[in-house]
Amino acid sequence: MANAGRMHHDMGGRDAGPVDRGGHSHPEWEKRVDALMMLLSNSKRRVIGVDELRRGIEELGAENYSKMTYYERWVSSITHNLLEKGIISSDELGRKMAEVEDTARAAGDRG
Amino acid sequence: MTMRSEDSVLDHYQAMELAVSALLIDKGYFSAADMEAEIDAMAKRTPDIGAAVVAQAWTDPDFKARLLADGTAACESIGLDMGPTRLMVVESTETVHNVIVCTLCSCFPRMLMGIPPDWYKSVNYRSRVVREPRMVLKEFGTEPSADVEVRVHDNTADMRYLVLPRRPASTDGMSREELAKLVTRDSMIGVKIVEAP
Amino acid sequence: MARFVPGDNVTVRRAFPPGHVRTPYYIRGKSGHIAQVLDSFANPEELAFGRDGLPKRPLYRVRFAQSRVWSDYSGSAGDTIDVELYEHWLESEENT
Repeated sequence: MANAGRMHHDMGGRDAGPVDRGGHSHPEWEKRVDALMMLLSNSKRRVIGVDELRRGIEELGAENYSKMTYYERWVSSITHNLLEKGIISSDELGRKMAEVEDTARAAGDRG
Repeated sequence: MTMRSEDSVLDHYQAMELAVSALLIDKGYFSAADMEAEIDAMAKRTPDIGAAVVAQAWTDPDFKARLLADGTAACESIGLDMGPTRLMVVESTETVHNVIVCTLCSCFPRMLMGIPPDWYKSVNYRSRVVREPRMVLKEFGTEPSADVEVRVHDNTADMRYLVLPRRPASTDGMSREELAKLVTRDSMIGVKIVEAP
Repeated sequence: MARFVPGDNVTVRRAFPPGHVRTPYYIRGKSGHIAQVLDSFANPEELAFGRDGLPKRPLYRVRFAQSRVWSDYSGSAGDTIDVELYEHWLESEENT
């Protein structure tokens, strides 16, 4: 029962290896995710609060949490929060994702 | 994790971000220009801002006192945009060495240092620095003596922490601008000390 | 109004509720003292679910001796850790 009630994100004191101080990349799409959250949380809009973002990340579950990158967790949580609030629907999201993928593919074919 | 379908040039999460942002723009929550402005604003937040605050505290005792009493107000008084940040500045001295972490997520004084480095967000740093801080500090080349109190700050709630590192000896004649150049991001997290030039 | 003042000895409640909680697992059940009374803030456990989190909860910086947090602590005896904790997670040490 040593770890009963401990959630995966709550990791202070767990056994772990050396700190990898290497590489720090922050690609453009991550900057967009960061900006998206800042826009939604700022005092002008207050659409999603930081604790809602964190809850959504915690609810991804241990396995996804460890597999996903930092900003993959963020964008997943933002999206789930928007779905919960009824701000976007799965139907329109699915259609829009297909559209942006088509656009990207067309751009890729041209290039 | 990449979930690239075989014929797509975007991965699943990139498509999700583009689609969500496009829908929110369509619905009038913000504009494409708002997003560009937000990205630009974040790019301008770098550890240079924190370094200037530290150098001012080293050279202006009145500012230092105000900074330690109310970090947010002191930074706003020199024209910094603190947004929603409530800043707590902790001073490292001859007897106390401070180091910050967020074991629950990755809370960080972004207004003064930009986005946190990857290692700060890593499982290994977050897991270990609360339990074996001296071993983690040693990995960064920092070894406070045994009679110094190592004080870890777990950034769990509403305040954001910045370490005011010790001013190195033999920097008496230096200008504020020269001093600021010595102050690194890692020294304001507390995993390193500020080295004399 | 904040119930505790700097110097008060407190113990963090041992509780393991599901939900969004900002009290780290490793500090639950541990005893320390109030280092600083911060402001009052909306309760993140409620904010996480889209509610207003009111009334606001007093927030404290609580300082713990590392040797009382980790039975195998290998650093110096004087080393400490500060954790920000909301009042509803704290009890007077003598009551526990």
